[in-house]
Amino acid sequence: MYETNYHRASSVEEAVKLMGAAAEGKYLSGGMTLIPTMKQRLAAPTDLVDLRHIAEMKGIAVDGRSVRIGAATTHEEVAASAALAAVCPALCGLASRIGDPHVRHMGTIGGSIANNDPAADYPAAMLALDATIVTDRREIKAGDFFTGLFETAIENGEIVTAVRFEAPARAAYQKFANPASRYAMAGVFVARRDDGAVRVAVTGAGADGVFRHPGLEAALAANWSPDAVANVTIDASALLSDLHASAAYRANLVKVLAKRAVAAA
Amino acid sequence: MAKITMTVNGRQVSGSCDDRTLLVHFIRENLGLTGTHVGCDTTQCGACVVHMDGQSVKSCSILAVQAAGSSITTIEGLAANGELHPVQAAFKAHHGLQCGFCTPGMVMTAVDIIRRHGSGLDEATVRAELEGNICRCTGYHNIVQAVLAAAAGMGGARQAAE
Amino acid sequence: MGVEGIGAPVARKEDRRFLTGKGRYTDDMSVPGMKYAVFVRSPHAHATIRSIDAAAAKAMPGVIDVLDGQQLLADGIGNLICGWMIHSKDGSPMRMGVWRPLADKTVRYVGDAVAIVVADSVAEARDAAEAVVVDYEPLPVVTDPVKALEAGQPQIHPEAPNNQIFDWELGDAAAVDRAIAAAAHVTELKIVNNRLSPNAMEPRATLGVYDAGDDHYTCYTTSQNPHVARLVMSAFYNVAPENKLRVIAPDVGGGFGSKIYIYPEELVCLWASKRTGVPVKWTADRTEAFLTDAHGRDHVSTVKMAFDASNRITALKVDTIANLGAYMSLFSSCVPTYLYATLLSGQYDIPAIHANVRTVYTNTAPVDAYRGAGRPEATYLLERTIETAARELGLSPAELRRINFIRSFPHQTPVIMNYDAGDYEASLSAAMAAADWDGFATRQAEAARRGMKRGIGMSCYIEACGLAPSAAVGSLGAGVGLWESAEVRVNAVGTIEVMTGSHSHGQGHETTFAQVVADRLGVPIDSVNIVHGDTDKVQMGMGTYGSRSGAVGLSAVVKALDKVEAKAKKIAAHLMEADESDIVIEDGALKVAGTDRSVPWSQVALSAYTAHNLPAGMEPGLKEGAFYDPSNFTFPAGCHVCEVEVDPETGQTKVVQFVAADDFGNIINPMIVEGQVHGGLAQGIGQALLEGVHYDPESGQLLTASYMDYAMPRADDLPSFKVSTTNTPCPGNPLGIKGCGEAGAIGSPPALINAITDAIGNNELTMPATPEKVWAAAHAGH
Repeated sequence: MYETNYHRASSVEEAVKLMGAAAEGKYLSGGMTLIPTMKQRLAAPTDLVDLRHIAEMKGIAVDGRSVRIGAATTHEEVAASAALAAVCPALCGLASRIGDPHVRHMGTIGGSIANNDPAADYPAAMLALDATIVTDRREIKAGDFFTGLFETAIENGEIVTAVRFEAPARAAYQKFANPASRYAMAGVFVARRDDGAVRVAVTGAGADGVFRHPGLEAALAANWSPDAVANVTIDASALLSDLHASAAYRANLVKVLAKRAVAAA
Repeated sequence: MAKITMTVNGRQVSGSCDDRTLLVHFIRENLGLTGTHVGCDTTQCGACVVHMDGQSVKSCSILAVQAAGSSITTIEGLAANGELHPVQAAFKAHHGLQCGFCTPGMVMTAVDIIRRHGSGLDEATVRAELEGNICRCTGYHNIVQAVLAAAAGMGGARQAAE
Repeated sequence: MGVEGIGAPVARKEDRRFLTGKGRYTDDMSVPGMKYAVFVRSPHAHATIRSIDAAAAKAMPGVIDVLDGQQLLADGIGNLICGWMIHSKDGSPMRMGVWRPLADKTVRYVGDAVAIVVADSVAEARDAAEAVVVDYEPLPVVTDPVKALEAGQPQIHPEAPNNQIFDWELGDAAAVDRAIAAAAHVTELKIVNNRLSPNAMEPRATLGVYDAGDDHYTCYTTSQNPHVARLVMSAFYNVAPENKLRVIAPDVGGGFGSKIYIYPEELVCLWASKRTGVPVKWTADRTEAFLTDAHGRDHVSTVKMAFDASNRITALKVDTIANLGAYMSLFSSCVPTYLYATLLSGQYDIPAIHANVRTVYTNTAPVDAYRGAGRPEATYLLERTIETAARELGLSPAELRRINFIRSFPHQTPVIMNYDAGDYEASLSAAMAAADWDGFATRQAEAARRGMKRGIGMSCYIEACGLAPSAAVGSLGAGVGLWESAEVRVNAVGTIEVMTGSHSHGQGHETTFAQVVADRLGVPIDSVNIVHGDTDKVQMGMGTYGSRSGAVGLSAVVKALDKVEAKAKKIAAHLMEADESDIVIEDGALKVAGTDRSVPWSQVALSAYTAHNLPAGMEPGLKEGAFYDPSNFTFPAGCHVCEVEVDPETGQTKVVQFVAADDFGNIINPMIVEGQVHGGLAQGIGQALLEGVHYDPESGQLLTASYMDYAMPRADDLPSFKVSTTNTPCPGNPLGIKGCGEAGAIGSPPALINAITDAIGNNELTMPATPEKVWAAAHAGH
């Protein structure tokens, strides 16, 4: 790891101020991606601003079907939240399968979505839940937030402080883990609203990161059943091909996982 | 260079280190507690697991400065008064270790698993919960047996105390 | 057996220190003034070094020095060598290229060490290593062993034209060809044995300490055989003569073969310690381990197995290309030859066998022994082939194997080995019973109702362990003898130290060796200490690999114990005025048989050291040493049965049952033996299902350089195992031990692949059987 300067913020305001004073700073939340990346010398921030101790960024609030999750809430806290499980158990289930227990004790939802790893789980949920990403200066719809591999609409110095969404009537997430990294080789989040609207988001498989699948959405909006997936074509040309899986295999996984997610929802 | 203070195994300790120093290196080098190991570079093997404020964490992926002010328990802090912790005793009784390198992380993980799940653990849960700990020697068979036995024993002990 | 003696499942003595964080591994060592090393490594798989400029690096904070290969060469440090000479079938010696500890002109794989940076901290050393400017001229690259032999490929070493190291054969080619021509059926297969990374959880590390006052070196290192390290560094690498070099292998966190060899880092750190005047410690990170630890396997073979009309095997013909990587590691040449082709008879009576083995240089990490070493490759080839033959011939897997089992012993195979004892029917029957083989169809039908494809497969393996008779291996090209040494030192109060040349890095010697002493002398194991891993403390040794510690290392202990007992009996007889031949040792005392007269063990020990009243002419003291040279290999064998469920939609394979029934001869500690089997099974299942080293064929970059890309078996990849033993004692050593360290890794891969191919109805499947491969094969098969 290259040399860096650590700062601990106790409020969002202080964090922004600290970041403003840094040459090339980065916000540090759970650090479960950033610290390993720095260890490998693939990132070299001059300054780190630690967000873990900002009380206003923590916690899960459920009001009716409206959910607000503070960005510094850990995966373990999301997984274990009874209030959240009552309205959107799919998100608890998703969080319970991120990384491993130790990673879940540190890693946060805000850190995950701000990093937008193409194989991360949360981006699929945010997109399928039509979530709103709240920052220190604005609100961004998930559809506008995730802009590419490791890229988001976040601007320099901007902090993700929370996410908000309305819990859907039905939802589920199915992941097929890469046997080595245990990140998603493909992951599919399906969500259906009371009015019958369906959103399907795919992570791990896209060559350009998380994406919605209009074909699956249309088929499931017309017929919310596992069988409805059978006739949908998953175009492999936009999918990732790597050491672990070809695009064709990932296309198959997307279909299988979508079917299983609907069955589980 | 940062000056940091934290509680390690019940004792308050202070030290200076670079901001870039990892918690595991602070524990091993500044404090001389070499039971916590480093087995990979990618936050996967779990040889470095310690407890921070009561939860298992990977000390190879946390800066020492991040841990300032917190309470850390390492493998050296588990046995009390020379008596093995029930999880340590179960690992010995069930031959849940061979070369011993992953063992401190495994034991700290097992304690955390039992903290969260209690005595109602089953084999599938234990195997899933060990996702963040790699052992190359045991094939996990006896580690799983040890965790299940420790959970049952500790649960039994808790019930007897109630 | 007593509660602590031979055969007792004693909890391990060493566990307490490991469980409480008190283990002492090399990276835990600290000496005054110690500094830290980082190696500058080649980012190219093949390149010429034009120049190295370390001026900027040397000026960086905390840097003590930067040293390179030219300086090492000037100081007379020797080249790394392979210690086993193999001759090609034309009689020419193997073509070993030059391996410099720090490359001076050419780098040949990604990770090849080029320079060492010594600094006050690891972080500063790494900062400086990035500032060392190495001007490389990249050369073309070849990573595939088959391609490397073709014309027009990059030439890796001038000594080895066409990258071929040797072209070796074993067996009677003409007899095999005649039998194939006359066969009623011939099964043909192409077999690929995938390349693996050993991945002991403790990365390699070394601490080199030069003491200028005494002109003496101390090397702490992660070694399975510290004496061999000292010998090789003294005799071949010119680091220091043996009397000026102490090698300490303290607690070692797993080896699996990868810590047998002498790597560049330990001798470079010793040399750097002298050059810089400070102790130098280096610890690999995991990516360095993936890049530079010797890999395992990597064979490409074709095989023909011929049968007569009654389904008896008449011949086996094998052609293998083995990738040895960029340099010949210490024992690399013997792995695909004498540890491989000699086992190609398996458990079967095969009248004619011929194996041709070509070894090849490629721009990849060196390849050497990894758990099983040659024997997994032989077993995989044989057990995939006989399984395929059974399918082709319409016989059950068990029936075809039974028809061909060797049933009388000793049995001379056509490929050198003489099997001394075994009962292959016993382990086959035990495994099938434990697996409820007969109930499989019911389970398969139930799985089908859930949409899952269930399959079952078996493998019957044999291995040669207890390496090895020195004269025999010497005649086959080994540069060393493979005996073992022990010393039993009885202290004046009766407690005992056993100095052994075996090295424990997870195997539990501190317990099992003490159990043997306790059993013999009737003393508690707590009064016995096992001392190993330090050339200053232990007289001599050849280390631990090839499941040799029980069969060879313990036999040396037994020989030394024989001498101690003989002397103790003489002393006891003298003290009790009895006849020496009437003395028996029981329950910690020496007794006159058939009487109530006895003296405690501690009193005999004390008498030996006070020497006030010893038999006339007897030397004081009670301490004896022995060297044990085995008369034959040992032949552990067994049967593994694997049952899987394949999800046809994803190709995901779940191992739902794994049974091992093994014949290990006599067992000292069944709990430890089971643990060894579990670990071996996990590595074998890992090879078959998850693990594989991949290099980019164009650039030679290692694509699987971390756990993000190299799939290690984890707890949720594996089932609980059903293991049992059906033991026939080994007649060749005093305790009847065969060895158990490698069996799990040898027998399991073919059982698993046989099960998956059974499940999906397609025999075309290579390891590792990743979900995508299985999915594709399952759909191609229909």
